[in-house]
Amino acid sequence: MFQNIQELVFGRLTIEDFIHEPIMAGAGIAMVGGLLLAMGALTFFKKWKWLWKNWITTLDPKKIGVMYILVSVIMLLRGLADAMLLRAQQATNGSAELLSSDHFQQIFSAHGSIMIFFVAMGIIFGIFNLIIPSQIGARDVAFPFLNSVSFWLFAAGMILINAPLVVGEFSTAGWLAYPPLSGIEYSPGVGVDYWIWSLQIAGIGSLLSGINFFVTILKMRAPGMKMMQMPIFTWSALSSTFLIMFAFPILTATLGLLSLDRLIDTNFFTSDGGGNPMMYVNLIWAWGHPEVYILVLPAFGIFSEVVATFSRKKLFGYTSMVVALIAITFLSFTVWLHHFFTMGSGAAVNTFFGIMTMIIAIPTGVKVFNWIFTMYRGRVTFTTPMLWFMGFIVTFTIGGLTGVLMSVPPADFQFHNSLFLVAHFHTMIVGGVLFGAFAGFTYWFPKFTGFTLNERLGKYAFWNWIIGFLLAFVPLYILGFMGAVRRLDHYDASMGWQGLFIVAGVGVAIICVGVGFQVLQIVYSIIKRKENRVGTDPWGARTLEWSTATPPAEYVFATIPEVTSRDQFWEDKKKKHSAVFKPKYEDIWLPKNSGAGPMIGVFALAFGVGIIWYMWWLVIIGLIGVILTIIIRLTSDETEEKLTAAQVAKHELKRGTV
Amino acid sequence: MRKEKKRDFRRVKQVGISSLIAIAIVALFIFVTHGRDIPVLDPKGLIANQERDLILITFALGMLVVIPVFIMLFSIAWRYRASNTKAKYEPDMDGSRGLEALWWTIPCLIIIVLSIITAVSTHALDPYKPISSSVQPVKIQVVSMNWKWLFIYPEEGIATLNYMNIPKDTPIELTLTSDAPMNSFWVPALAGQIYTMAGMSTKLHLMADDAGTFNGSSANISGDGFADMRFKVNALSEVDYKKWAFDNFNSTTTTLLTADSYNKLAEDRKDASEKAYLLMDHDLFKEIIDKYMSPGGSKIKTAIPEKADH
Repeated sequence: MFQNIQELVFGRLTIEDFIHEPIMAGAGIAMVGGLLLAMGALTFFKKWKWLWKNWITTLDPKKIGVMYILVSVIMLLRGLADAMLLRAQQATNGSAELLSSDHFQQIFSAHGSIMIFFVAMGIIFGIFNLIIPSQIGARDVAFPFLNSVSFWLFAAGMILINAPLVVGEFSTAGWLAYPPLSGIEYSPGVGVDYWIWSLQIAGIGSLLSGINFFVTILKMRAPGMKMMQMPIFTWSALSSTFLIMFAFPILTATLGLLSLDRLIDTNFFTSDGGGNPMMYVNLIWAWGHPEVYILVLPAFGIFSEVVATFSRKKLFGYTSMVVALIAITFLSFTVWLHHFFTMGSGAAVNTFFGIMTMIIAIPTGVKVFNWIFTMYRGRVTFTTPMLWFMGFIVTFTIGGLTGVLMSVPPADFQFHNSLFLVAHFHTMIVGGVLFGAFAGFTYWFPKFTGFTLNERLGKYAFWNWIIGFLLAFVPLYILGFMGAVRRLDHYDASMGWQGLFIVAGVGVAIICVGVGFQVLQIVYSIIKRKENRVGTDPWGARTLEWSTATPPAEYVFATIPEVTSRDQFWEDKKKKHSAVFKPKYEDIWLPKNSGAGPMIGVFALAFGVGIIWYMWWLVIIGLIGVILTIIIRLTSDETEEKLTAAQVAKHELKRGTV
Repeated sequence: MRKEKKRDFRRVKQVGISSLIAIAIVALFIFVTHGRDIPVLDPKGLIANQERDLILITFALGMLVVIPVFIMLFSIAWRYRASNTKAKYEPDMDGSRGLEALWWTIPCLIIIVLSIITAVSTHALDPYKPISSSVQPVKIQVVSMNWKWLFIYPEEGIATLNYMNIPKDTPIELTLTSDAPMNSFWVPALAGQIYTMAGMSTKLHLMADDAGTFNGSSANISGDGFADMRFKVNALSEVDYKKWAFDNFNSTTTTLLTADSYNKLAEDRKDASEKAYLLMDHDLFKEIIDKYMSPGGSKIKTAIPEKADH
């Protein structure tokens, strides 16, 4: 009787699920402790109301962007801690008895999933939110409420993926959880369910966000801005969100089917009963490959802005750049099979996907040449964003070379699932996406704060990162040649791999020093902000987001700019007559705050917890909660408030922009 | 003047420090790699040899782009640094038809060459393609299990656990499946890898050029004991191989591999021991695949019918 009630209420959750190994328990306690500390501070300083009004319920994309980036930074630190543990385990060859193989497998699964879904995606969406609307001369995104929903689904997913530190365990099946290993037979615990549902919930958020920004870019551009006058970052965002719209539904469906296999014994991906795990591998990569470009295209966009600005010159070959972006966008859907040349496809199939993969190298190569030639006959200043750009070209070219090596199927037979592959995709994602994010962060930081980040500390961070990066990943390339496969928690000592693993560990430690400098850089710059105060346009930038006040007003543009050319802001500055006439203000409608977004996030989280632990009542509450909240929100009027022309004028006067 | 001197000194210091760091890193890499076995680049098998050549050709073609990129990146960045006011400055230069055409064309040409190489090599090195040789191939069936590798020699009537003996200079025809999660069979010194999957079979052909012992590993995560799923491949002379197979087949101490003992072996257990078996059931491999085909599937662990004893 008692057992039945317990099962009804708690599903498969028992008290033992809270008991963890020391390292995991430590991480869990640190996480919960940090949360409690933050909550205590909020209570002590009476900031709850401020938090609710200014942040949690906000529909302002600039604030949502900041929240995305905050979450990503915290997750980056978590992912980095995971990486440290993995490297420590491999450098000691398991002799330190640091991690059990089960724990080791949980950590690499978490490291990959977190870095892709909650760091890279979060940064991308954060930067979209902060930059895209103002870069196209818009005040807001197309669907401000949907934007808030996206963020809170992302946050719910983030909480779910970190929850195993406190209760239960995480998946041990790797970041893409191939069945049958991820099936109920081989992974009966909650781990894979945690993985599925955190990705599923965050993934739906990403999909919604993708739609939102795609529509924003297509429909909300300032009058006069033709497609071919959009800044390249906007173009890259358009391509990236296009990919999101077509790729993420595949992820949702695939995870859904895997979940059905686990929950109600269907046989989509099982080895028996007519299922086929190869189907899963195909589907997950049909999403997974475009996902790589979803992440890296915006980074391309950032670098395009950065290199043009700091060379004080127009971007070289704008049309080529756009054509290359579009080509990459479409080609990225035609190469997924190169992730499993070794699954036994025929030679003709492998040849096709191999050649398609190489073809992507063409537009990518063109972009690299155009970036380099943007500096040609320019005046290049080597600020930190520019250093990240240089580092990016170096790493990305190496990564491109190793990528082409793996695109030849018979060569890939020797690289697949080895540490060579691991080194390759880290070269692309660290050197591409992360370096891009760092460049973008340093570049746009003064736009939103009014002061620049300390250059000296930024340069220290860069040099630690690039040296650490080489030390961390070059050994992995070599280990791949030596036959070391990925995901080993220990290996035969007679192979002679340990020296390289130690070097790789030292590399990660140096990267950590780099991250330390970055944290220091932010803290130091905030404390010494008076020294680095700058105006609205510290870099001599080219695009519209720099024409606004710093930090931008909630409505961003008091008057919507008219666009007649590329690099509109640069052209305006050249003409220098923009301030001559008195601007005509008009009423501005802004979305009101809404608690519905965070509510949906909370209910989605409840749904996730319920379905992971088989607490069916919580699943029902979560589902009904989400649906009801949506209905309530959709039926409510007056979701916007008016800022009258007079108020706008007053604001603008106060800012002294007139 | 003095300022300039100071700047010069700083530059010398910078160059000095960075070259020291670079030398230290290179020395470190030499230290941790010299004398090590690098099977992908120093293979001992026919297929792996060709794969190595392919890797090197592709690498060379790639360098045709990589080297100019690096040279241009650093020379242009240096030449047009802001402090070099002598360099030309054209803020409105926004492209060049000729140059852009050049770097659309050159990568295209390289990729065309590489595509041809890919098409030819992918067909030539198709793992399903038998190796043409005057020597009769040896057939071996490979089963990845949790967490060990079973090698069945149907023609020799024997089986081995966690090691595979092969005759050198003889084509080896591997048929692979899994009685556990998906795995990947990889002996880098002999050939690239191929997946093993339950309920189906894949194929791989390889041939050892030299006698010797080569390391094989599981390249795809398959659960808890995956890191220990290593195996050795011993390439023997043909005489030694025949003798080994014969001895095992005729030894009275060899363990029998019956349906029963197979089922016991197939249980989830780490087992790194090397064993030889006398194969009692010549259809064992087919039955391992078939048990995922029957309704009810893998849950029925006794799907393999009992065979008469030795």
